[in-house]
Amino acid sequence: MTSFEHRQTAHCESGAVSSLLRHHGLPLSEPMVFGLSAALTYAYIPLLKIGGMPMLAYRMPPGMIIRGLSKRVGINFRFQRFRRPEQGMAVLDQHLAQARPVGLQTSVYWLPYFPENMRFHFNAHNLVAYGRDGEDYLISDPTFEHPVRADGPSLQRARFVKGMLAPKGLIYYPEKMPAAVDYPRVIPAAIGRTSKLMLETPLPFIGVRGINYVARKLEGFDPAGDHQQQLILGHMVRMQEEIGTGGAGFRFLFASFLQESAELLQNERLQVAADLFTDAGDEWRRFALYAAKMLKGRMELDYHKLAEQLRQVAAMEERGYRDLRKAIG
Amino acid sequence: MKENEVPQDQAPGLGGERKALYARDASGRYTTVASSGWDAEEIVLQQALDEYSRACAAARARVERGESAALEYHMYSRRMDVTLLAQSTGFFKWQVRRHLRPQVFSKLSVRKLQRYEQALQLSATELASLPPPPTPDLPQS
Repeated sequence: MTSFEHRQTAHCESGAVSSLLRHHGLPLSEPMVFGLSAALTYAYIPLLKIGGMPMLAYRMPPGMIIRGLSKRVGINFRFQRFRRPEQGMAVLDQHLAQARPVGLQTSVYWLPYFPENMRFHFNAHNLVAYGRDGEDYLISDPTFEHPVRADGPSLQRARFVKGMLAPKGLIYYPEKMPAAVDYPRVIPAAIGRTSKLMLETPLPFIGVRGINYVARKLEGFDPAGDHQQQLILGHMVRMQEEIGTGGAGFRFLFASFLQESAELLQNERLQVAADLFTDAGDEWRRFALYAAKMLKGRMELDYHKLAEQLRQVAAMEERGYRDLRKAIG
Repeated sequence: MKENEVPQDQAPGLGGERKALYARDASGRYTTVASSGWDAEEIVLQQALDEYSRACAAARARVERGESAALEYHMYSRRMDVTLLAQSTGFFKWQVRRHLRPQVFSKLSVRKLQRYEQALQLSATELASLPPPPTPDLPQS
């Protein structure tokens, strides 16, 4: 059986990629994977509804971490998708028989080891399968503290759900990796891309402008309390904090990446930026706390206060990205 | 966020699991800290779950009045809506809406029924009827 070192991470995709790379001899921390793939973002897309709620994202769409990292660092990942589930399971078994741990894309809902309250229809979860024990598959799910197990039929179901972001049984693993990462080149490139995206995307609901856009939108909400609007507010907090962001909508994860980068490049200004994004993250958390208290009636429902909090976050982040540009400039 | 500020609120939503958060240790270095949950998150999770329960209860009432097929109840009990069920089965949304009508559902072909069985992981018999009513939940906080 394959020995595989399980490590709990905050986010599934960066976590799965980080642990696969470590297994194959390229140790990159989760924050480094997240940062180098330029995965941080903010996007509020009211026209795109998921489960009746507007699309809200604090990171780039699923799959972008693997692709962004591969491109920037020069890693070749092999991707396999399948039309027939039986075939997808057979190929997985072959990999495992060859002692090769592989990344899988699955639905969250049909994984048997997820706690009942955490089971939602999200089809772009990532995990690493590293072995079999009889009928059970041995799984290193990055969002769990310990390795877990799934029976074959459940795993097959989770890998072959249909619908939005359908995984089609996706299997991935690194085939070719560089001997070392050229940090002085790739870190500034990744930071530059994130800053550009957050400051200059010419759409009002993406990046720093997006945060201000949502602040304006909140101000238009009915202070007397409207069920649908309150659901949207709750949804915002869930997307920001729920399983897989590491806290504050990936901002702490990003700050950790900046801190690691500051040391690798001996760049004091990156350390200062790491502090700033930590502070911004704390203000995101304060926003979540206020929102939750207001929804629960432990604090007066005050959309202006929430909007003001978001504007503060937006101002801090804007300064952060501008400082980052100077730091790498 | 500092290491000692990471919430440890024993949130029921996590079902005893702990999740990793990034926080700074005493020397200011980032590290991951396992958290047993945060009240703020638990409130919004519960809000989302309540919404599903509400949809389930409303669907159950419609089924009992003969206005909807039991399929509608099962759709919500699997935390889906018409859009999601349509995507999971490959039907159009208007088809799913039609199939939710009792008189249409009862005449569904075996093949169409199988697509629902597959998507919801329920047998044809289960799909055609309501499960016994849930025992009332213990009061939540």
